[in-house]
Amino acid sequence: MPINVISAGIATTIQDMGRPGYYHLGIPMGGAMDRLALRAANLLVGNDEEAAGLESVFVGPELEFTEDATVAVCGAELPPKLDGEPRETWTAFPVKAGQVLSFDFLKSGARAYIAISGGIATPPMLGSRSTYAIGALGGVEGRAVQPGDTLPLGKGSKPVREGLSVPANLRRGPGNPAELRVLPGLYWHRITEQAQKDFFDDTWKVANEADRMGYRFQGGRKLEFVEREQPFGAGADPSNITDACYPYGSVQVPSGTEPIVLHRDAVSGGGYFMIGTVISADMDLIGQLQPHTPTRFVKVDMDTALAARHDRASTINAIREALA
Amino acid sequence: MSSRYTFGGDEHIFVEVDEAMSLEAFFVSLSMTNAVRDANIKGVTEICPANASFQIKFNPDVIHPNDLMAELKRLEATAESAEPVLDTRIIEIPVYYQDPWTHETLMRFRERHQDPDATDIEYAARVNGYDSVETFIEAHSGAPWFVSMVGFVSGLPFLYQMVDRPRQIEVPKYLRPRTDTPRLTVGYGGCFSCIYSVRGAGGYQMFGITPMPIYDPEQKVSYLQDFMVFFKPGDIVKWKPISREEYDTAIEEVQAGTFAPRIRNVRFSLDEYNADIDGTNAKLMEALHAD
Repeated sequence: MPINVISAGIATTIQDMGRPGYYHLGIPMGGAMDRLALRAANLLVGNDEEAAGLESVFVGPELEFTEDATVAVCGAELPPKLDGEPRETWTAFPVKAGQVLSFDFLKSGARAYIAISGGIATPPMLGSRSTYAIGALGGVEGRAVQPGDTLPLGKGSKPVREGLSVPANLRRGPGNPAELRVLPGLYWHRITEQAQKDFFDDTWKVANEADRMGYRFQGGRKLEFVEREQPFGAGADPSNITDACYPYGSVQVPSGTEPIVLHRDAVSGGGYFMIGTVISADMDLIGQLQPHTPTRFVKVDMDTALAARHDRASTINAIREALA
Repeated sequence: MSSRYTFGGDEHIFVEVDEAMSLEAFFVSLSMTNAVRDANIKGVTEICPANASFQIKFNPDVIHPNDLMAELKRLEATAESAEPVLDTRIIEIPVYYQDPWTHETLMRFRERHQDPDATDIEYAARVNGYDSVETFIEAHSGAPWFVSMVGFVSGLPFLYQMVDRPRQIEVPKYLRPRTDTPRLTVGYGGCFSCIYSVRGAGGYQMFGITPMPIYDPEQKVSYLQDFMVFFKPGDIVKWKPISREEYDTAIEEVQAGTFAPRIRNVRFSLDEYNADIDGTNAKLMEALHAD
């Protein structure tokens, strides 16, 4: 039995853990920007933790249930309401057929993950239900959720204890200022030593252009380039390179002015140089940054990146154990 | 040519074969990525060739980044000794140059262009020293092109022309990117041509449009029923200038499911090409138009 979408919020999309394997054709992995939050929400409602849920940005949807279900909302502090009555985030709660789930105003973070027992069961494309709107893949007919849509639910979720909650110390979110750890590399040698220092010394701010493709930052000093004669095919601007692949999390700085960190729906390549890459452990945090959030980039080495990756995996394991 | 290896965070290794674009660099990228695929390295999740570089995505829980780096460097020797010969296909792509749809779009974005008083193709012809748009179109559609990268967005091919460097067309991108580009626009930026697989933002100059879909997530287009993306790196493309009437006919054929692009299998040898570019291209054209 489906869920009826009464209103859709600003940009509510169906997301799971994405479709790896097609990046060489320009089709990004996609999937939840804050993967830890979607995993936690799925675990709370007894789903496979990679099941498809809803990713809402700033404003939540209004959903009418046509069958009983369990729901959990994790990630941003976007307080859920059931028939107008407040419910807790990071906590499983029951919903009866006929009830309406809506949301209060955003308190912190940017993206809330709504998991529903059974998981959303729209048809997968290339192995995933994740919405990639540019390529019209996944989601509802390749697009974001709209009022009037009906969302089918799957079966096979485990029964859960009502009121089950993710312990507060395992709820991960960005601080203020946010700190994103970056491994320098790629075309790092293209900027001067002074610029390499400035980039990590300055406090940046999230710009308004911040979406599933990438997050733009403003407010730091312009990066100066090491002089060179531009190679054939690269283009005239010193920030241009011969069009190449872009890693997920890579930090490109067109004309040396505003860094852009590519995220889950990254363009797979292009002609701008990159100074490094946000480490895998911190990708989730980017999805929770609101525009204007002060942000510091923190220089790390590979050992630190791998240790942070291990820490994040331990946190997810601790959530699994707490909810088992 | 000495490749430069660097990490893209803890999940990617990025290898720059050469800073500059050349068919030699593209062939090294292609043979390296083929060698990585054949080596079937545990933990490797994505293998992405690009114009003069490539990228490997991996799971560092399965293979340590340093171990994969060492493995890739070891494969470089194998790839370099590979004969630069490619069994591939040549495809004829119809192009309606100076079409009304890209023209309407480029007129909307004149303030973002280097030369607001000219069209994109007039500007490109002038900065490349052609005396008319017609002779420029002859150059653009005369010699074939290599698909040297697929990406940016869904199935978009970057193409590099098979001519010696003095004859290569170079055109700057827009000063500021457009927020709109018609689907199937044939574009140009730097030394690359491209086809916009979907409608969207773009910074390449717009020369024309093809009636031939190259990306179809619903897989209704007859020649995209096996897979939704048409191009792969290593494909060879020949542009065929067409008129408005031919364009309209092709669109009707696409809608009826009867449009069949002309495709022939060919073998390409980089050494033969470098010894005689025009002769090699002439043979490719014979293969394309055989039977």
